[in-house]
Amino acid sequence: MLIIILLIAISLTIAIIFLVAFVWSMKSGQFDDTYGPSVRMLFDDKKKESKKPK
Amino acid sequence: MAAVVQEDVKCYHCGLACEGETFNLDDKSFCCYGCKTVYEILNENGLCEYYSFDKNPGVSLRHVSEDSFSYLDEPAIRKKVVEFDSDAFARVRFYVPAIHCISCIWLLENLQRLQPGVVKSEVNFAGKTVRIDFNPQQVTLSTLARLITSLGYAPKINLKPERVLNSSETKSLVIKLALAGFAFGNIMLFSFPEYLGLDQQDQSLQTIFSFLNMALAIPVTFYSGRDYFVNAWKSFKQRQINIDVPIAVGLLALFLRSVYDILFQVGPGYLDSLAGLVFFLLIGRWFQSKTYESLAFDRDYKSYFPLAVHKKVGEEWKAVVVYELVAGDQIRVRNMEIVPADCLLESESAYLDYSFVTGEAKPIWVKKGELVYAGGRLIGHPIILTVEKRTSQSHLTSLWNEAAFQKPDESKYRKIIDLAARRFTWVVLIIAVVTGCVWYVYDPARMWLVITSVLMVACPCALALATPFTYGNMLRVFGRKGLYLKNADVIERMATIDSLVFDKTGTLTHGAAQVKFIGALDDQELGWVKSLTSASTHPLSNLISRSITRNSNLTIEHFQERPGLGLEGKLAGVSIKIGSAAFTGFNGDLNDTASKVFVSMDGQVRGYFKIETQIREQVREVVTHLGDQCVALISGDQPVEADRMKSLFPPHTQLLFNQNPHDKLRYISDLQRNGGKVMMLGDGLNDSGALQQSDVGIAVTDDTGVFTPACDGILAGEQLGNLDKFLQLATSATRILKAGFVISFFYNAIALSFAVGGFLTPLIAAILMPISSISVVGFSTIAVNWKARQIFKHR
Repeated sequence: MLIIILLIAISLTIAIIFLVAFVWSMKSGQFDDTYGPSVRMLFDDKKKESKKPK
Repeated sequence: MAAVVQEDVKCYHCGLACEGETFNLDDKSFCCYGCKTVYEILNENGLCEYYSFDKNPGVSLRHVSEDSFSYLDEPAIRKKVVEFDSDAFARVRFYVPAIHCISCIWLLENLQRLQPGVVKSEVNFAGKTVRIDFNPQQVTLSTLARLITSLGYAPKINLKPERVLNSSETKSLVIKLALAGFAFGNIMLFSFPEYLGLDQQDQSLQTIFSFLNMALAIPVTFYSGRDYFVNAWKSFKQRQINIDVPIAVGLLALFLRSVYDILFQVGPGYLDSLAGLVFFLLIGRWFQSKTYESLAFDRDYKSYFPLAVHKKVGEEWKAVVVYELVAGDQIRVRNMEIVPADCLLESESAYLDYSFVTGEAKPIWVKKGELVYAGGRLIGHPIILTVEKRTSQSHLTSLWNEAAFQKPDESKYRKIIDLAARRFTWVVLIIAVVTGCVWYVYDPARMWLVITSVLMVACPCALALATPFTYGNMLRVFGRKGLYLKNADVIERMATIDSLVFDKTGTLTHGAAQVKFIGALDDQELGWVKSLTSASTHPLSNLISRSITRNSNLTIEHFQERPGLGLEGKLAGVSIKIGSAAFTGFNGDLNDTASKVFVSMDGQVRGYFKIETQIREQVREVVTHLGDQCVALISGDQPVEADRMKSLFPPHTQLLFNQNPHDKLRYISDLQRNGGKVMMLGDGLNDSGALQQSDVGIAVTDDTGVFTPACDGILAGEQLGNLDKFLQLATSATRILKAGFVISFFYNAIALSFAVGGFLTPLIAAILMPISSISVVGFSTIAVNWKARQIFKHR
């Protein structure tokens, strides 16, 4: 039965990591604009200053 | 300037038909100088890729005034506008309503190629903002604003950052929701073994699961569910019961009972039900919280008025903030700028467009020494004014001191849901007490168990979900059809409306006037008229020149503009006069009240342009459908079109003209005093008071990006014909909501019968609660969409 407890511990940890990742992404504003980044990656970076999306 | 006779040419930049002179460059046509300039700028900098993302992506510059933005460099204003400021680095965020396509993003994010000193710019498409990092030593804030304006993306500058707050609320709601969902899923998993039956030897596992559940449930109850406790406490202190009270009681009962069960090893607790409950409740909230972020519903006159104005200080003109103006200051206002305060005119004469203030479409000619009211837009040459009253005390803005603007929005209405919740709470309390007494007699040991069970299942989760899902769905349906409401509460108020009051100009009629020529002119002559009128800044000239599709490439000789009279000039040897009857020598009958502009060629009157505003299509139809509900038309205009309006409305409808903004507000409050539930439809600043006072104030606009006064909802102009359907749908929303209540009460009754008998096991609770929630959500979603389809199918 010890193995079940271990599995649960692992699965919970992973789940919590994802939850924290989500909360962080939400707070850092990654969901503020869901359209912009999807087209921004298609722009060609031409000569001079190359523009990096954040 | 080479103008070419061409028809149906589309501007390469903005895609609008070229109506006036066409500008050509590199085999491409442009509708105006502005569009051509933008193309030139882009071309020079190798940014023509702009045109490859979207067809004709540019924003038309024809209606954009050249605003100098120099006030942005004043330290006091600058401090409020920039987000971060230091010697070598500053960051500013402009709100740019014109952002609409991929090309916009691309161009605005390549500003550093156009302007040295820009470090980086980034567009937020959803919020329609562009954030620019720049070096303040190399480029000033006003230069940046001017740069993006010259590209067609004029920023709207507002000193009050209001929209930020709202989005942070939504963010925290989403985080709470995520946490509740996470805990709900895990608690369910840990609860399954118990429901499916664990062997006796696995008792230790059972204990571990229970404690894990408890650990997960603590943040759900006290972080995700926090708002319910806070709201319940608030309303409790005000001695009122709203829907949050029974929810908070239920949540607390669930939590405490579960903790007790787990700690004393009585049972596994009801934590899965608890987490599920909070999860569903938050989904409901989130669903209802949809807002139209790019639309603003709370604007007051301040966002319509300019931020700064040029004031004479000593011998110099200096930009100052509008609210610093005091009586006696001399200010200068330029073409298309708004007069910020009640002033006396110092210049000889001026044309002022009060259309937004009074609703009157015709510009007014003001002579030296006359009073100019705040809110008027100058058309023509720059003028100098002396301030009479401060902005906040001017004729128009004093409207905002009325009581209607002071009271908070919420207190006006007692919501259906709270009425239901109040009765519900009392019933539940009585049941809890009665069963408690009964069990005390039969089996005192189980008394608390039963009482908590009753309180737990009585938690009106389904009841609380019925409202957000019905109204939230309704909000989406309305949005799809072109009516954008501020929030879901508005629907509830819409359902009670029995009186409708309309504004005329801009609401029932199109904002733009219609021009008709009556008389005889051939195509060539029309072209001449167009050339002549397009050389003038007078508003009537603009209307006429825009209405003519013929072009002429002749140059005008002896062009003269006579203020108050008209224009004259010579084309192909013909001397043409365009203007008032007296100026052109017309001496016929003039009793018709529509605006007329006469045309004479070589001294002979050839006819006139009749300019009138056109009633929106469908208005007649919708007025007929609404019938008795149309109570009044209140207009700031002269009663010029009284007859036309009389034929439009049913006989009992009151038609009031010459109403100032205060009159309008008072009329609405009189109606309300007589028990009317009033919906006001208006569009201008002059309707602000009425919109605010009415139970539901709807602003009608042709372009949701432009200014609309504070209101409860914004209706796209072409959807005015669906007004009766919107009202019908709002009424049916209330019926759907009540049906949802019945369903949720039905489930509560079942659950209560289990609880009263003492049979409420965690398993039964875990099954009943989600089922009741899901069926209510499903019912209201399907019902709303079905009803909407039914109502909008007809006609």
